[in-house]
Amino acid sequence: MNENRKYFFLGIAVLTALIFIVRLSVLQVFDSTYRSEAENNIIQRNIDFPFRGLIKDRKGRILAENMPSYTLQVIPRQMRKQQEESMMSWLDLSREEFNSKIEKARSFSYYKPSDFEKLLPQDEFSEIQDKLIDYDGVVVKPILRRAYPHQSLSGALGYVAEIDKEKLEKEKGKGYHQGDMVGISGLELEYEETLFGEKGVKYEMVNVKGESQGSFKAHEYDTTAIPGHDIAISIDLELQQYAEFLMDGRRGSVVAIEPASGEILTFVSAPFYDPNLLTGRDLGHNFSALTTDTTKPLFNRPLMAAYPPGSIFKLVQALVALQTGVITPVTRIRCNRNIIACHGAHTYEDLQGAIQYSCNPYFRQVLRRVLNQNESDNTYEDTRLGFEGWYDKITSFGFGNPLGIDLPNEKGGYIPPSSYYDKIYGRNRWKFSTIYSLAIGQGEILTVPIQMANLAAIIGNRGFYYPPHFIKSIDGDDAMVPAKYKEKITTAVEEKYFGVVVDAMAKVVEDGTGFRGAVPGLEVCGKTGTAENPHGEDHSVFIAFAPKDDPKIAISVYVENSGQGARAAAGIAGLVMEKYLLGEIQRKYLEEYILRGEFIY
Amino acid sequence: MNRRESIWENLDWITVLIYLVLVLTGWLTIHAAIFESGSDMSPFDPDLRSGKQLIWIGISMVFFIFIMVIDYKVFLTFSVPIYIITVSLLLIVLILGTEVSGSRSWFALGGIKIQPSEFTKYATALILGRFFNQLNFDIKKPKNFLKVAMLIALPFGLIILQGDTGSALVFIAFTLVFFREGLSAIFIIVGVVSFVLFIGTLLLGLNSMLGILAGLLVLGILISLKNRKRLLILGVSVAAAAAMVFSVDFVFSNVLKPHQQNRIQVFLNPNADPTGAGWQVTQSKIAIGSGGFWGKGYLKGTQTKFDFIPDQSTDNIFCTIGEELGFIGSFFLIICFTLLLIRIVMIAERQRTLFARVFGYSVFSLILFHYSVNIGMTIGLFPVVGIPLPFYSYGGSALISFSLLLFTLLKLDAHRMQVLGRFN
Repeated sequence: MNENRKYFFLGIAVLTALIFIVRLSVLQVFDSTYRSEAENNIIQRNIDFPFRGLIKDRKGRILAENMPSYTLQVIPRQMRKQQEESMMSWLDLSREEFNSKIEKARSFSYYKPSDFEKLLPQDEFSEIQDKLIDYDGVVVKPILRRAYPHQSLSGALGYVAEIDKEKLEKEKGKGYHQGDMVGISGLELEYEETLFGEKGVKYEMVNVKGESQGSFKAHEYDTTAIPGHDIAISIDLELQQYAEFLMDGRRGSVVAIEPASGEILTFVSAPFYDPNLLTGRDLGHNFSALTTDTTKPLFNRPLMAAYPPGSIFKLVQALVALQTGVITPVTRIRCNRNIIACHGAHTYEDLQGAIQYSCNPYFRQVLRRVLNQNESDNTYEDTRLGFEGWYDKITSFGFGNPLGIDLPNEKGGYIPPSSYYDKIYGRNRWKFSTIYSLAIGQGEILTVPIQMANLAAIIGNRGFYYPPHFIKSIDGDDAMVPAKYKEKITTAVEEKYFGVVVDAMAKVVEDGTGFRGAVPGLEVCGKTGTAENPHGEDHSVFIAFAPKDDPKIAISVYVENSGQGARAAAGIAGLVMEKYLLGEIQRKYLEEYILRGEFIY
Repeated sequence: MNRRESIWENLDWITVLIYLVLVLTGWLTIHAAIFESGSDMSPFDPDLRSGKQLIWIGISMVFFIFIMVIDYKVFLTFSVPIYIITVSLLLIVLILGTEVSGSRSWFALGGIKIQPSEFTKYATALILGRFFNQLNFDIKKPKNFLKVAMLIALPFGLIILQGDTGSALVFIAFTLVFFREGLSAIFIIVGVVSFVLFIGTLLLGLNSMLGILAGLLVLGILISLKNRKRLLILGVSVAAAAAMVFSVDFVFSNVLKPHQQNRIQVFLNPNADPTGAGWQVTQSKIAIGSGGFWGKGYLKGTQTKFDFIPDQSTDNIFCTIGEELGFIGSFFLIICFTLLLIRIVMIAERQRTLFARVFGYSVFSLILFHYSVNIGMTIGLFPVVGIPLPFYSYGGSALISFSLLLFTLLKLDAHRMQVLGRFN
């Protein structure tokens, strides 16, 4: 009965087998995506981050180092609802913040760890470390973050942060990945490639909970991280800290250079801040606070603040005129105050006296002689010819263009070329009387503080300079310093013309306006200046080098809104040079005067 | 005493061989499923699942000897008390049982857990044989159909109450036996059509499904314009189908539990939620698919080793084979099961009593259902249903229950020349 129905049963058995075999051959033989998905499941690519190179000062003191910190990661699949409340409380997160973070993690992966709370410092981590054991799905990833142990040199060090999308796109092919910590500004950015090192990769097998199950293929594909190179910079930490101490609460800058090498000894951009603000988990918050600060602490004044050079520019005018041959050291010019205002009791000075007393009519006449040498009958043409020669010589002092310092965002100030006046007045429609304010460092001329420190170095060197720079050695080897910083740049003014200017500068300090710039027992050469400020009190400026022969330090000091250069700027410059050359401050009264800060009287 | 000794001569050794291959490779696969790479775990360690399974295999062998030596008549004789006892156990387990992951279907006796529903399959197979064995029993008579249907419905209902839907569904497999014994093919067709309508509605939506039915109706009317009887049947069946389609939504959201709804959704749309509800299906396909043609090698699987697959030594044991032994290993396993099923049909067909034949087809139906649903779910051809792979999955109750089914069939087969019940 119904015996034929057995074929139905045999048929089911065979049909089931056929369906299974076809399906399995698709899954296992023809479709290879499952193999890579299986590898995605179990292989975790762990980046072995290199130890970022240290930054040290010229005496080997550490300015930038690496500190352990901890990033908490979550594995959404393993997290339990009951944990959420307490996690929010010890991470100080609101419900909304917590949910958005969890959502972000989920969208990345349910079963792989993703960053949740980044860069907790050691002390904060210690507080929660014990609690973590009771939490499922929370993983700790130790990570090195940058630290600046002396809280100093904010203007030059810059900071390190997670690479952003823009940079990631720009630096494609250089091996950067999301999550890498890279230099964002300052020396950290400038020497990024030197400091970063090379990342290593460790492939690990993990189970469904993300727990390690050993190496993948016996470390065959693993690479070891190579630490970044340490760099030493020319900053003298002690001097830097002393200059910051003097500049605390002010706006302005202090730049000191070693004239014989171009090495920057001190670099203060005031107001300054603790560079540690821009490390760790509060970076974003602190950065926006600094950005919105009205005193603009992120504005790098030594490199970016362009001021009219004022009286100090007379030094350059004198040198250019001597080289041009239109005056000699004994040239005397009457102080005719009908044409241009002057100050102090003097009437008919030679060059040294004119520099010492900063005689405006004298230098007006000097510039006239430089510009109008009667080479052309046309006075306009004559001015143009003279101006071209003047322009070339002035810019040979490093004015008008960035000096090429090893920091980003250096500005070049401004020396107007003849084309500038052509544009404003028309070709051959301007002459000396149109532009004579250049003579006393006003008008269109702008310089930045680093250029003025470099000017002091040039005069101290009697006619040459090395581009100012920070880098001193890489991994202790000074051969690694870029060639451009070892290249001596000679100005268009010959050495023999510098003597009279140097003598005049010595006089300025010895018994002139620059007396506060003196250093006991040493001959200091300086020049005061006042950068006119249409918006308020003038800026106090002073440049100097010392000792007079074979100078060890050249300096420029800017103190904004502090009036004459003779007071705040000269005092600070004197103290910084004293500290550097003598090692300690003998003139406590001067230090007190500076710290009191009453410069306008 | 000649007769008794000849039991070994009459035994179907081919089936015994396939059985041994299955339980022994199953034991080794359990070992692979629980093995932790780098450890020195032994498959003989009685503290581990593999060692325990070996003990269960040994106990099965004891049952084998026992069954072979006892009188073959006891199975018919004691089928009713065995059925009553196991069904009673199903009742008792509801009260005294231990709850394991949401279902109350286990007795915990010391360290051993016993699942009475596994033994109920054996008892039901026996009692069905006994009923069909009655003189003049005709399944086509509604009274008889209701009788045997009740025998299935009783344990089905009790197991549903335990919360073990997977094990309950297994009892539906017995309807295949009815079909062999003369039940109209209509029942099978209705069953298949219902399934298609259900899945089709979930997949395509109510409106499309009604559209298709309307299309079929129009087509049918055109074909059978002049045949009134046919038109009537057509109208009734389309109306029934439409009613069915309308009820799908209700059944889906009110009868099925949320996790069952999920499993069906995942089956219909496997890529919708691969990290949530679809996790198990996605991961088991990854594990099996990543095995490739030759597999990753015994004990060298990564997906199963690193716990990406839940229940890997029990319901998802096939993932370990697929991953470690690849297409070759899976192919071999499917061939083994297919040979076993074919052999069982051959054995059942050569029985001279209805008791033995019905019992044989019961064995066939149970193994077929378990094997096809279990492997089908791991490769995404069937919604996830928590039932073991016969002879393979870890678990004493299931192994002994299937062993008893197979051994009893072999015993009856060995005595098939002796008149036991009525001739067919």
